[in-house]
Amino acid sequence: MKHIIVYIEPKDASSLKRTSYEALTAARSIAGDAQITAFAVHGSEQALATAGNYGVQSVVVAKHDLLSTYSSTATAEALAQYAQSVSADTIILSGNASGKEISPRLSVKLKAGILPDCITLENDGGTVKAIRPVYAGKAHIAVQSISDHSIIALRPNVFTAKQEGSANASISSFTPNLEAKHAGVKVTSLVKNEGRLDVAEADIIVSGGRGMKGPEHFPIIEQLASTLNAAVGASRAVVDAGWRPHGEQVGQTGKTVSPSLYVACGISGAVQHLAGMSSSKFILAINKDKDAPIFKVADYGIVGDVFEVLPVLDAKLKAMLHS
Amino acid sequence: MNILVCISQVPDTTAKIQVSGDGKSIEKTGIKFILNPYDEFAIEEGLRLRERFGGTVIALTVGSETSKEILRTALAMGVDKAGIVKTDDILDSYNVAENIAGYAKSISPDLVIFGRQSIDFDSSGMAPMVAEMLDLPSISVVSSWNIENNVITAERDIEGGKEVLTCSIPCVISAQKGLNDPRYPKLPDIMKAKSKPIEEIASCHGSALVSLTSMVLPSSKRVGMIVGDSEAEIASVVTALHEQAKVI
Repeated sequence: MKHIIVYIEPKDASSLKRTSYEALTAARSIAGDAQITAFAVHGSEQALATAGNYGVQSVVVAKHDLLSTYSSTATAEALAQYAQSVSADTIILSGNASGKEISPRLSVKLKAGILPDCITLENDGGTVKAIRPVYAGKAHIAVQSISDHSIIALRPNVFTAKQEGSANASISSFTPNLEAKHAGVKVTSLVKNEGRLDVAEADIIVSGGRGMKGPEHFPIIEQLASTLNAAVGASRAVVDAGWRPHGEQVGQTGKTVSPSLYVACGISGAVQHLAGMSSSKFILAINKDKDAPIFKVADYGIVGDVFEVLPVLDAKLKAMLHS
Repeated sequence: MNILVCISQVPDTTAKIQVSGDGKSIEKTGIKFILNPYDEFAIEEGLRLRERFGGTVIALTVGSETSKEILRTALAMGVDKAGIVKTDDILDSYNVAENIAGYAKSISPDLVIFGRQSIDFDSSGMAPMVAEMLDLPSISVVSSWNIENNVITAERDIEGGKEVLTCSIPCVISAQKGLNDPRYPKLPDIMKAKSKPIEEIASCHGSALVSLTSMVLPSSKRVGMIVGDSEAEIASVVTALHEQAKVI
């Protein structure tokens, strides 16, 4: 491993997405003597320069008309061209929605082994060895690229972003050689979930399951979420029953999340649900059935009726947070 | 419209996973294998497009003899043809993609449809990888879409919102849950599917790019503090969240 490229994405005018800071930190942790360059296809100078706060001093931004509207195909092509131009051998990016579209294309373009959904990375004598969950998290595998290149996609929110230094990164530009065919797919609009936190981005999630007995009881969940500044999540049963929107669904058919704290309320813990949240750092479960599978993966569990426990829990949390 | 639907056989979601003697794969004895749940949405979408535009739907899988079972399911649901790239080797995702792309090149489909991810390795990479090999655009995790004049407009969930995307056919998409309600095959169709031909395609691929060195069952590092519902016990959990876990 001689040169690592980290693909970064801006969140707003002054910062990058947290997943990009996670990728920068992860790159540093395994780099050894290798050079690290951050690569972006858009973003303000101010936002891109913050890569420097995470220990990466050099940012390259690709400039081309075909990159003005986001296109996964054009982004992958620009990134591959840059990697080739500097003979980079390793590309690290977040395995978020965009990373999941770009990384397989990079694998083909660079004939690079792809390590998706990584939860730990290790520099094993110059090659990256990664661990990732398979079979809905029921097993973990160790994988490594056996080609000259590797593409490493990180499960979002699992790696901790750690600041290192405070210098602004220097920004230079790169002009890829793109043609219309490279921008075959384009994003025409983006509809943001205004006003509420998304489970895929939240640091704390409070989820409700069938034990909530009906959509009319979800204000208790929303109240607890508000106290904790958390996103509201839901189990598949609850979404399929139409109690909650699909965007809130956590699990194998919904979103995979790794918050600092996952609070499961009235969720029994079917394997499909566990697949989506078992990489949470801490899990608190509230369920009246002491044998519910959710307690097997929980750090903290309260065996009791959600309708009685949640108001008390909310009051105790409020008291703690205000003290 | 000619549609290629790529499907895979996976262990049942509720299967108990154990590591086999080689330390790199699962013990298959006693495990029920099923059609990857997301691939049902892909097959259904292919059938609906055929109902709207005409053409043929071909189901393809890469696997061993036992994988033919899922092709029988696809035939029972109504696909016109089924093919299997037959191999008993364990392939990496790149080699699987090479085989799918190789077959796709031989039939030049207007659309290639995948399920959003297979629930065994959950990597979600097959659709963009095959698309790249075919030099086609792709849209992953499509939750709703429309085709007018060979132009696709599709919607997909991303972190914090929804993206609307556009591309022209030919292209590759992967289907998210909720895209449609997959049909249940009827008993006479299941019976008929048993005797339909399945084309066998020789596997053809280069060397692997990724090596799987070991598989283990994850050890639980959970705290495991389970308490009752008294006020004092609930307070003890809040204290632990603050002082031990330090998450609040």
